[in-house]
Parts: sequence; C-alpha cells; structure tokens
Amino acid sequence: MLTAILIMTGIALVLGAVLGFASIKFKVEGDPLVDQIDAILPQTQCGQCGFPGCRPYATAIAGGEAEINQCPPGGEEGIRKLADLLGREFKPLSEEHGVEKPKAVAVIDEETCIGCTLCIQACPVDAIVGAAKQMHTIIAADCTGCELCLAPCPVDCISMEPIAETVDTWKWRYPVFTIKQAA
Amino acid sequence: MLRKLFNFHGGVKPATHKEESTLSPIAPVPLPDRLVIPLHQSVGGHPRPLVQPGDRVFKGQRIGAADGSLSSAVHASTSGLVRDVVPAVMPHTSGLTTLSVIIEPDGDDRWGELERVNFRSTPPDELRDFLRDAGIVGLGGAVFPSHLKLKPGKEGALQTLVINGAECEPFITCDDMLMRERAGDMLKGIIAMRHMLQAREVLIGIEDNKPQAIAAVQAAIAASGETGIEAVAIPTRYPAGGAKQLIRVLTGIEVPHGRRSTDFGVQCFNVGTAYSIFEALERGRPLISRIVTVAGNVDAPRNYEVLIGTPMDHVVRLAGARAGTDRYIMGGPMMGARMPAFDVPVVKATNCILVGSPALFPPPPPEMPCIRCGECAKACPADLAPFEMYWHSRAKNFGKAQEYHLFDCIECGCCSFVCPSHIPLVDYFRFSKSEIWAREREKEAADTARDRFEFKNFRQEREKQEKAEKLAAKAAATREKVGADGSAAGAAAASSGTAPAKPSGDDAKRALIEAAMEKARQQKAQVQPKNTDAATPAVQAEIAAIEARRQVSATHPTDAPPDRPPSSGA
Ligand code: SF4
Ligand code: SF4
Ligand code: SF4
Ligand code: SF4
Repeated sequence: MLTAILIMTGIALVLGAVLGFASIKFKVEGDPLVDQIDAILPQTQCGQCGFPGCRPYATAIAGGEAEINQCPPGGEEGIRKLADLLGREFKPLSEEHGVEKPKAVAVIDEETCIGCTLCIQACPVDAIVGAAKQMHTIIAADCTGCELCLAPCPVDCISMEPIAETVDTWKWRYPVFTIKQAA
Repeated sequence: MLRKLFNFHGGVKPATHKEESTLSPIAPVPLPDRLVIPLHQSVGGHPRPLVQPGDRVFKGQRIGAADGSLSSAVHASTSGLVRDVVPAVMPHTSGLTTLSVIIEPDGDDRWGELERVNFRSTPPDELRDFLRDAGIVGLGGAVFPSHLKLKPGKEGALQTLVINGAECEPFITCDDMLMRERAGDMLKGIIAMRHMLQAREVLIGIEDNKPQAIAAVQAAIAASGETGIEAVAIPTRYPAGGAKQLIRVLTGIEVPHGRRSTDFGVQCFNVGTAYSIFEALERGRPLISRIVTVAGNVDAPRNYEVLIGTPMDHVVRLAGARAGTDRYIMGGPMMGARMPAFDVPVVKATNCILVGSPALFPPPPPEMPCIRCGECAKACPADLAPFEMYWHSRAKNFGKAQEYHLFDCIECGCCSFVCPSHIPLVDYFRFSKSEIWAREREKEAADTARDRFEFKNFRQEREKQEKAEKLAAKAAATREKVGADGSAAGAAAASSGTAPAKPSGDDAKRALIEAAMEKARQQKAQVQPKNTDAATPAVQAEIAAIEARRQVSATHPTDAPPDRPPSSGA
C-alpha cells in the first residue's frame, strides 16, 4: 500500500516537473492582444470609432476602454469576429459612430482643385499626390475610403465613388434552393 | 506498339451525346450585323484598346494590346467600322460588363497585311512575343496565354509535350471535328511547339470514342515523316481531358498538390491551340475565330467556325433552336457556365454553346443532407475529400476547407454527379474559393493601409523633430552671434563706463530683429538676374534697353503704359 502511494507520488512529481519544464521551454510567443484585434480591424483609419486610427482603437478595446461595436467600416462581420476573439457578446453597430456603407474611393475633380494641399495633410495613408498650387490626384489603389479628405477641401471638389464590381472581384453566391412544401 | 497507359483516380462515365454534332462537317457562319469583342479574353491583364469609335479596321487588325507579360492581344475578326468602345455584357455567369470593341462589319471581310514567321530561324523570345501579339491562348477552356507556357523549363529541353485531344466532356465535339478535318495543319502547329520547347517526345491523347479523329491524326503523322510523335487512344472516362489526369494517363506522372507539370518535364496544350499556332506562324493569321459546337435543344447540332465576337444567338439560329429554350450554357453540362443573356458574344473560351431547356436539363432535385457515403471521394479525380470540403464551405469555415486542398479542386463536377443526396457540391466550392480570394484581397489592402498609416505617422514625427532641431540650431547660432556682439558692445560700454555691463533681454531681442532685417536687406540687394554672363553683346544691349524702360515706367508709372515703348526719342 505504502509503496503504491510512494510510486504514484513519485510519478506525479516527475511528470509535474516535466510539464513545468516544457511549459517554460516551449512557451508559445503568442500575439499580444492588441495585434490580434488590430488584425481584425479594417485599417480604413477613418477615426469614426472615436480614436485616431485603428490601432489606438485596438489598444482601447484591449484595455477595456471601448466597446467592440464602434467601427462602421468593419461592419457586422467585424464585430462578430471581435466578439469571437474576446469572448464577448455580439452587439449591433453603435449608431452614434456611423453606418456601414459599401466600399468607396475618393475622387478629386481635377478641374476644380486649387492645389491647397489640405487634403494631403488629412489623408491618413498618404494616398494623395500633388504639390502647392498644383492639381492633386488620388491613388485609388491606396485610398481606404475614410472620407477624411472631404471636409478640409475649401472648394468641395472631392467626392466618394463606390467601387464597382468587376469580374475579378465578383463572388459566387452561397447556394440557395427554394424548398417546396410537400403536398 | 502498344503503349502502357496508366489510370487516374476516380472519374465518371456520363452519357456522351457526341454523335449528333459530328454528322456534318464544320460549317462557316454568315457575318452578323455586329460583333462585340471583349478586350479581356484571357487569364491575366486587361488589354488596352488601340482603336476609337469611327476607326476603320481590317480583318486581323490588333484592337487590344497585351497588358504586360501575363496577357494576350485581341484582334478585329472582320473588316468594318468601329462603332464604339464601351462596356458590354460578357459571357460570364455574373452578367457583368467588360470593355468591348463593337464592330459593324462592312461585308468585305478584308484581311490586313499578314506577317508570317519562320519558327526555325526566329529566336524563341521573338517567337513568344509574336504569339502574344497574335492573341494565342489555350483553347481548351482555361484561356491561359500560350506564349508563357512555351518555355522549355530550366533544363532547356522538355521530356514530353502532351497534346490534349481527349475532349471528355459530354456534347462537345469541336476538337474531334478539328482533328478529323485539319489534322495536317494542326500537326504543323505541334511541330512548331515541339521546336520551341525542345521536347523529346510528343504524345497526342485522344479518347477512344473518336476513332476517326485518331485515324486522321495518325495518317497525318505518317505523311509528315516526323518521328517521336504519337497519337494515343486513351480509355473514355470523364475527366480524362483534365491536364493533370491526361498527363497521368499518358506518362504515369502524378503531379502532386501545388506543383506544376513543368517541374516534371511535361507540358500540356489543347489541339485547338496547336491549330491556331499553325495559323499564326504559317499564315500570319491571329486568333480571330474558333470552332464552336452548338448542341442540346437544337434541330441540327453541329460545329461552326465562328468569328470571335459573334452573338451566340446568331450561331444558334443556324442550328435551329427548338421551342422551350430557356438558357445557354457556355461549355458542357459538367463544367459549363450559364450565360446571363442570349446575345452575349462568342469568345476565345467558348468551345460549346449548349442550348438548354427545362426538359433537357430538369431542375435538380432538392438538396438532402450529406450521408457521408464517400461516393464523392471515390469519384474525385483530384483525389480530394469533397464531403469534408462541402461541410466546411457550408459552414463558411474557409480555413478548414482550404486545409482539405480546396484549391486543388478542378471543378469537374464528378462529385456532384455521383452524390446520392443531390448536393451541388461544386457550387459550394466555387462560393468558397471566391470568398477566400476576396478575403485575401481585403487582407492585403488592410496590410498596405496599416503600413502606410504607420509610415505617415512616422514621417510626421520625423518632420516635427527635424523642424524643431533646425530651429533650435538656428536659435543657438544667432544667440551666439548676438552674444558675441553684445559682449563686445558691453565691453565698449564698460570701458566708457556709461552703459550697463550686460545687454538686457530687450536689447538682445532688438539686436536679433535688426540682424534679421539687415540680412533680408542684403539678400534683396543680392538678387541679380542669372544666366546673363554668357549673353552675346546684342542680347546684353537688349537687356539694358529693357532695364532702362523698366526704370522709366517705375518712376512714371502713368506716363508709360506697358503696351507702348517710352518715347525716348520724342
Ligand atoms: S472606425 Fe475607422 S479608424 Fe476606427 S477602427 Fe474602424 S476603420 Fe479603423
Ligand atoms: S483640398 Fe481640395 S482644393 Fe485643396 S488640394 Fe485637395 S482637392 Fe485640391
Ligand atoms: S456523395 Fe454526397 S452524400 Fe455521399 S459523402 Fe459525398 S457529399 Fe455526402
Ligand atoms: S469538382 Fe472538385 S471535389 Fe468534386 S470531383 Fe471534381 S475535383 Fe473533386
């Protein structure tokens, strides 16, 4: 009886030591939480969430200072992913922060632009090129559609154009079938 | 000699329906009223339009230039007037539009000047550029630009060139008829390809349900006297015409997941592609027409030589569409895609227009739950587990679906064909694939945006810092200077014994302002016209005259209006 108990205790101690060692030696360097949240956010950098960019918002969520439903560009899907990641309840998008819109890019009316460079300073991703008193233009591929350049423009020559679907971006629909009622 | 053939995994044997459309020879199609030629017809970049509305074009004139290396040119299929260059509905399930050139034929069908090349004396790079500009793409359905595949790997030579004449999909017979009628010319194209690839042997795989085509190709090979080219009859089983499947059957090589056949010394082309390469090299004709099978709900199924851009209903009318037609399918019943309209144009990818009706293709019975019978996995020629991929696609669990090699699925439809629960498996796989692509695009865009945002912040910080440093350095320099002056003045004052020994803060500031103003004055005085040193005496005299006028008008602005020279002589 005693030997049995001793043996079992011995085995338990050895295994415990092995496990303890393994947990130190093979520690997985996990993504810090802020990085994981930032990876879900759409990186539009629009500030609609109330923070100056996606990463500050991610930091605020991780610190428990912000709700997960404040990012309109991320939309419902983004909130769901955040809820999954953080183990929180899903909530609909908070209305005071905005509404989900189809993706768009900003376009400058080059005839009207006076070259004041204000939009360049507003663009969070440097997607506008131009110089003082020269016509400005937007690099569509880099524009995130944040709309931050719209307000500063003194001649209101920037407008948002929705991105049209092309064959390269078209998606097959989820298969749906009409279910007939049995007679 | 009987060649040893191999087996591929899975496959099915649907009813072939091929006899009906092989009874009569390939027929020409009268010119339609209007050709709609989409500029984007191959895998890769979108060609740029080279014509404008109102231009007259020849048959075979290039109207779209290849955009980069992964792209292929597009040509006018007949002579006529360019009516417009606008987005038009394309032959794609989505019903979306794409930039197209609309040509009104003038009826002359006149060729422009045709340029031929001798493939034996032309360097391979030039040949590839020539084929790109001739718009040669794979005609088996994938429309991959052929010039990119005509490169003999790293070793400089290829082991086996496989020519795909299997044509395994039901209803389609365009390759069969091509081999029966044009085997000799097709073989010349194959010889050119073999030369470009330096291939040791050529195997032409043809399903054994096409004995006439096999005989015709064999006769052509015998007549040409070439060695190392063989037409091989392979067992009829769908999808023997898939590239990986055909390579497996003919050579026994199993191309693993995520590898390409060139890594194993094999390259595969369609018979139609070989024929169009012959046309381009030896006749100078770019790819402006192709053979199209019209079958299904029509009176006389047949093959037609159709100009690219011809509306589909124009061709179907010749075959006599029957009542009850409710859709056109481009391609066959297994892999084909439903067209959004009847008048979409025939493009390079159109091997068959399958005319459908509810009687011919009744709506599928309702989908039932998967019973995990494993039939789909047994039928899958890519050796996948369709029921697993289906399970995860249905749950939109795309990462898991990818783990089951979703992207190795060739969308052949064998799994849907055998599924006892009538699950449209391929629809789920297409859905999953396009969702995954979309997510990848989004993620890429987000990553770029994140980098650019971080860089902008970094840049702003850096600029702020640089500005501050510059200001600090400047301020320090001036302070030093003023300090030196001030101490000199202070010393002078101290020696006279009247002023305070130390300049007050006000004095220092005033001194700073004065120094700045003095500097500005000096700078103004220094502004001199440049580039006058090397001027000729005549030019210098002119400058002097202008200067004099300027002085006059500066002193008497009203006397000398700028449009009249000052009347110095008066
Ligand atoms: S609201 Fe705008 S700035 Fe805030 S997380 Fe969403 S995309 Fe980023
Ligand atoms: S803010 Fe408006 S006017 Fe000024 S540079 Fe930008 S687009 Fe031009
Ligand atoms: S054949 Fe159909 S029912 Fe059978 S395992 Fe595959 S998906 Fe499920
Ligand atoms: S469609 Fe894809 S999964 Fe289905 S049998 Fe063909 S290759 Fe396999």
